[in-house]
Amino acid sequence: MLLLIIKRMANAIFVILAVSLLAFTIFKFLGDPVQLMLNPQATQQERDQLTERLGLNDPVPVQFAKFVFNAARGEFGMSYRNQMPVMEVIAQRFPATFELVLVSSVMALLIGLPLGVFAAIRGGTVMARVFHLISMIGVSVPAFVIGILLILVFSIELKWLPAFGRGKVVDLGFWTTGFLTPSGRAALVMPSISLALFQISFIMRLVTAEMLEVLRTDFIRFAKARGLKARAIYFRHGLRNCMMPVVTMTGMLIGDLIAFTLVTEIVFQWPGMGFLFVQSVQYVDIPVMAAYLMIVCCIFITINLIVDLIYVVVDPRVDQLVRGGGNGH
Amino acid sequence: MVAWRSAALAAVLAGGLVAPANAGTLRWAPQRDIVSMDPYSFGDTFTLSVLNHVYEGLVRYDDKLKIEPALAESWEVVNPTTWRFHLRKGVKYHDGADFTADDVLASLKRVSDPTSPLRGNVPSYVSSNKVDDYTVDIVVTENYPLLLNDLTNIHIFDQGWLVANKAEAPTDVAKGVEGYATSHANGTGPFKFISRKPDAETVFEVNPDWWDKRKHNVDRIVMTPITSAATRVAALISGEIDFTNQAPLQDIPRLEASSDLKVLSNSELRTIFFVMNQTPKAFESDVTDKNPLQDIKVRQALYHAIDADAIQKVVMAGLSRTTGSLVSPAIPGYVPELDKRLSYDPELAKKLLAEAGYPDGFSFSFLCRNTEFVNEEQICQAVSAMWARIGLRPNLNLGPTTIQDAKFDAGQFDVGTLGWANEPMIDSYSILVQVVHSKTGNAGVFNWGGWKDAEIDALIDKAGATVDRDERLAMQAKALLRANELSMFIPVHQQPMAWATGANIESVLQLSDNKPRHWLTRMTE
Amino acid sequence: MATELSPARPSLLQRLWAFYDSDLIWSFRHSPMAILSAALLAIVAFTSLFAAWLMPQNPFDITQLYLDKANLPPIWIEGGQMPYLLGTDLQGRDILSAIVYGSRISLIIGVASVALSMTIGVLVGLMAGYVGGALDNFLMRIGDAVMSIPTLLVAILISAIFRGMLPVDYRDAAAPLILVVALSLTSWVVYARMIRAATMVEAGKEYVLAARIIKVPRRRIILHHILPNVLTAALVTATLNLGLAVLAEATLSFLGVGMPSAQPSLGTLIRIGNQFFFSGTWWIVLFPALQLTLIILAVNLLGDWLRDALNPKLK
Repeated sequence: MLLLIIKRMANAIFVILAVSLLAFTIFKFLGDPVQLMLNPQATQQERDQLTERLGLNDPVPVQFAKFVFNAARGEFGMSYRNQMPVMEVIAQRFPATFELVLVSSVMALLIGLPLGVFAAIRGGTVMARVFHLISMIGVSVPAFVIGILLILVFSIELKWLPAFGRGKVVDLGFWTTGFLTPSGRAALVMPSISLALFQISFIMRLVTAEMLEVLRTDFIRFAKARGLKARAIYFRHGLRNCMMPVVTMTGMLIGDLIAFTLVTEIVFQWPGMGFLFVQSVQYVDIPVMAAYLMIVCCIFITINLIVDLIYVVVDPRVDQLVRGGGNGH
Repeated sequence: MVAWRSAALAAVLAGGLVAPANAGTLRWAPQRDIVSMDPYSFGDTFTLSVLNHVYEGLVRYDDKLKIEPALAESWEVVNPTTWRFHLRKGVKYHDGADFTADDVLASLKRVSDPTSPLRGNVPSYVSSNKVDDYTVDIVVTENYPLLLNDLTNIHIFDQGWLVANKAEAPTDVAKGVEGYATSHANGTGPFKFISRKPDAETVFEVNPDWWDKRKHNVDRIVMTPITSAATRVAALISGEIDFTNQAPLQDIPRLEASSDLKVLSNSELRTIFFVMNQTPKAFESDVTDKNPLQDIKVRQALYHAIDADAIQKVVMAGLSRTTGSLVSPAIPGYVPELDKRLSYDPELAKKLLAEAGYPDGFSFSFLCRNTEFVNEEQICQAVSAMWARIGLRPNLNLGPTTIQDAKFDAGQFDVGTLGWANEPMIDSYSILVQVVHSKTGNAGVFNWGGWKDAEIDALIDKAGATVDRDERLAMQAKALLRANELSMFIPVHQQPMAWATGANIESVLQLSDNKPRHWLTRMTE
Repeated sequence: MATELSPARPSLLQRLWAFYDSDLIWSFRHSPMAILSAALLAIVAFTSLFAAWLMPQNPFDITQLYLDKANLPPIWIEGGQMPYLLGTDLQGRDILSAIVYGSRISLIIGVASVALSMTIGVLVGLMAGYVGGALDNFLMRIGDAVMSIPTLLVAILISAIFRGMLPVDYRDAAAPLILVVALSLTSWVVYARMIRAATMVEAGKEYVLAARIIKVPRRRIILHHILPNVLTAALVTATLNLGLAVLAEATLSFLGVGMPSAQPSLGTLIRIGNQFFFSGTWWIVLFPALQLTLIILAVNLLGDWLRDALNPKLK
C-alpha cells in the first residue's frame, strides 16, 4: 500500500510538471514580455538589458527549469497590469472564490444526493421521470444564462438580491469573509445557485444511476427477502454502496466548480480568482495567467490525490477502477 | 411575477440585502479600475481624476475650469523661462508631514525622470530650484504659455515619504521593483487612501485636516469597478451603488424613468477621430507596394463613406455631438470653420476611390479598443460596415486599451481610433503638439499616423513660444484648419459623458472634462 | 449492433424494414423525448444548411447591416418590422438570421471537436491498450495531466496561445478551427481511457490471439478486429459529449475568447446582448439563449436515450 501511495505521488508530480510546461508555453508564445513590460519609448539598450535580466537569452530548458523552481517557491513575478507581485494579487482574490465554491459544493451535495436517491427508488414513476427531465435541463442550461436570468428576476424586477460583488466582507487579516454579514450572505445566494445548478443535476444523475445498479445486486434482494424496512435498505445499504463513485465525483466536482467560477464570477462581477483570470487573459497579463493555471491545477491534483488515497484506504481492490476515472463497472 | 411568494421570500431574505448606505458613504462604480495608486504611472485621465481626491497639484481647475490656487497660493513670471511659486503654508500630508518646497522639487524630479510615463504632461519642464521652504522656481523653455495648465495634474508627493519608501524614482515594472507608491498613497487632498484591491475595491476616507474649506459631506468613498454595463445598471437600479461616471448610453432612458435615479449627460471635451497610417507601405493590406492612405482622395473617400448622423442617432443614442473639428468648441483654439464635415456621400466616395486607382477597394487593418471610448466597439463595427459598402475591406481588430495602444505606438495598424480631450491642458495646443506635430523630441508622441507637414510644425512651434493668448490661439486654429484641409484625420464626434446618481446623492458637479470631483459632492443627510 | 448477413443479400426494402424493426429504432419510436429531440435537431440542421436561402440576411456580411434597422424589436411588438421576425441588434443584424447562422457555427464546432477528440482518443486508446508497456504508461500519464486541468481553463489557454501566434488577419477566420482544436485537445482522454480498457479486454480474447498466431499484422488486428468491437461505446460517449462541446464553445464565446463578434456564435450573441439586457432590448439575449439551451438539451436527451437503448442493463 505504501508503494501505491508513492506511485500516486510520483504521478501527481509528473502531472504538475506537465502543467508547468503548459504554463511556461504561455510565456513563450503569448506575447513578448519585454514589449509588454517596457514603455513603448524604451531604447534598444533598455530592451536588451531587460531581456538579459529576465533570462530570456538562456537556453529554453534552463528557462523552464528556472520557471519551475520559482513556481515551487510561489514566485511568479510581477503582474504586468497591477504592478504587484502575482501571488499577492491572487491571495487577495482567493477567499472570494473559495467561499463561493464551498457554498456551491455543499449545495450540490445536499440537494443532488437526496434527489438522486429519490429518483432511483421511485424509478419508473411519473415523479422520477419529471426529476430526470429536470436534471437533464439542469445540465443543459449554460451557467451564464442562469446567472443573467437570476439577475433579471431577483435584482432588477424584485430587487431582493444584489446583482454584483460580495457585499460587505469582514477582513480577518489573512482572509476576507462574506459569511459574517447579512449583505455578504445575500451576495452569495445567486452566484452559488448558478454555479451549483449543473453540479446538482450531475450528482443527481450519477447517484440515480449508481443506486439503480446497486439496487439490482443480490445483497439488496437478500436484504429485502430478510424483511428489512425499505428506507433502511435504501439509505443504509444502497446509498452506502454507491458512495465510492460519489466520493470520486465530489473530487472532480470541486475542480469543475473552481473552473466554472470563471463564468459565474464574470456574470456576477464576483471579485475572485476566476474574474481575475479572465481579465488577465484580455490584458495578456501572462504572469497572472500562469500562476492561476498552476494554482488551480495544484488544487485539482491535490483533491484527486486525496480521493485516490481515500479509495485505496477504504477498498484496496478497486484501485484499477479509480484510475479508469469514474463508474466503469 | 411570482408575487404570491414574494412576501414569504422577502421575509427570509430580509436583513440588509439592499440595505440603505451608511450615511455619508459614497458607493461609486466606474466601468474599469484605475491603473495604479501612483499618479505618475500612466497618463490616464480617469486614473488621475480619481487620484486627485488624494493628491493635489500646485494649482487646480475651479468649477468653471478656470485655474485657481491649490498647493501654491500665488505665482509670478520672473523671466521668460522662470516661474516663481509661493507655496501654501500649514498644509499637512495624510501621515502628518508638512508640505514644503522639497516636496515640490522631489515630485517634479520624479515626474520628469526619463523613465516617467507621465513626462509628456510637462513637455516644457527644464528644472526647478528651491528659493526657501515655501518658494520654488520652475524653469521652462522660453515663453512657454501653458505651464499652469500642465501643473494642474502634477500631483505633489511628500519627499520624506518617497525617500523612506524608496519610491523617489518612477515605478519601473521592468526592474521587478514593486513601486511602493503603486499600492500606497500619501497626499494632501480631501480624502485619505485606506485600502485597495485591484479591480475589486478601493476605499477612501475623508481627510478632516484638509487645508481647504469642506464643501462636501462625503465621509467615505468605496469604489468598486463594474465592467459589465448591464450589471452596473442593475446595481444602480437596485440601489447597490450611488454613483457611476459611466452610465451606458443605451440604458439612459431606463435610468431616467426610475424615480430615484438622476442622469447627468452632456458632450465632453473629448473628440473621437480616425487616424490613418502614412508609412510608405501599408501595414496589412492587399496593396503591398504602396500605401493607399497616403493619397488624399482615398482619405476623403473614407471620410465621405461615414454616416456620422446614423452613428449619432443609433450608436450614441443621440447624445454625441457630430463634429468636423478635432477639438471641442469648449477648447481654446476652436473656430466654427473647423466644424464643417465632408458630406456623407457613398457614391462620391466610390468615385474618389476609383479616381485614386482602387475601383475595387483594398483591404486594411482597422485597430480599435473595446474598453476605452464610449461605445467604441460599436462605432468601429458600424464604420466597418459603411466602409465595406464602398468596396473597402477593413479587418477590424478589437482589444483592450493597453494592448491596442502598444500596437498603435509601434505603427502596427492602417486605420484606427483615437480620442483626445486636451486634458489636463484644456487647450488645443495639447492635441497639436502631441498628435499633429511630427515626431521630434517631446512633440508628436501620439502622432501615430506618422504625419510630417512643415507648415503645421512651424505653426505649432511658434504657438508654443507665444505668450499673447489671442495671437497663439489664432496660430493654433490655422494649424487645425490645415489638418482638416489635408484630411489628416477623420473626426467623428465629441463623445457624450453620462453619469448617473442614486437617491442618496443630492448633487454632483459635472464639468466638461468628465472628471468626478467628490470633494464637491453633497449626499442627502 | 452488426446485423448478420444472410447468404442471399436482402433487398433494399427488406433491409430498410429490418432497420425499422431493429431494437434501436423500436426503442426510438417508443421514446417521445428522443423523437422530439431528433425533430428539433433536424430543424436546426435543416435551417442551418439552407440558411442562405431561408434567411432574410447574412449576418456575417457587414455590408448587409444598416444602422437605421438597428434595435428593432420582434415583429409582434410595436415598432417591429418585416422581415426581422425576432428583431435586430445594435448593428442592425437580424436576430433570427444571427441565431440560425450562429447555431450552424456552434453545431459545426461541436461536431468537429467531438469527431476530432474521438479520433485522437480512439487512436491513443488503441495504441495504449494493445501495445501496453512504456507507451501505455506514457500516454496515460499525459491523459492524467490533461484531466487534472479543468477543461475550460485549458481551452481558454490553448485558444489564447493560438490567437497569440496567428497574425491579426487570420485570427477571425481561424477562430472556429482554434476552438475545435482547443476543445479536442482537452476532451480526448475520456475516449482514450475507455477504448484502452476495452482494447485490453478484446486483446485477450481468443480471436485476437488466433490472428496473432497466424501473423496478421498488428495494424490490421487493431483496425479490423479490435476497433469495430469497441467503437459503439465510443460513439455513445461522443453523442453524450456533443452537448458538453456545444456548451463549452458557447461558454468560451461568452467569455470573449471564442468566436469574434463579426461571426457570432450563440455564445457570442449572448455576450453582445448581455450588454444591453436591461435596457429593454432583451431579444438580443433571450432568443439566442433559448436556442442554445434547446440545442444542448436535445443533444443530451438524444445521447441519454442512445446510451439506454444500447445498454439495456440500465433500463
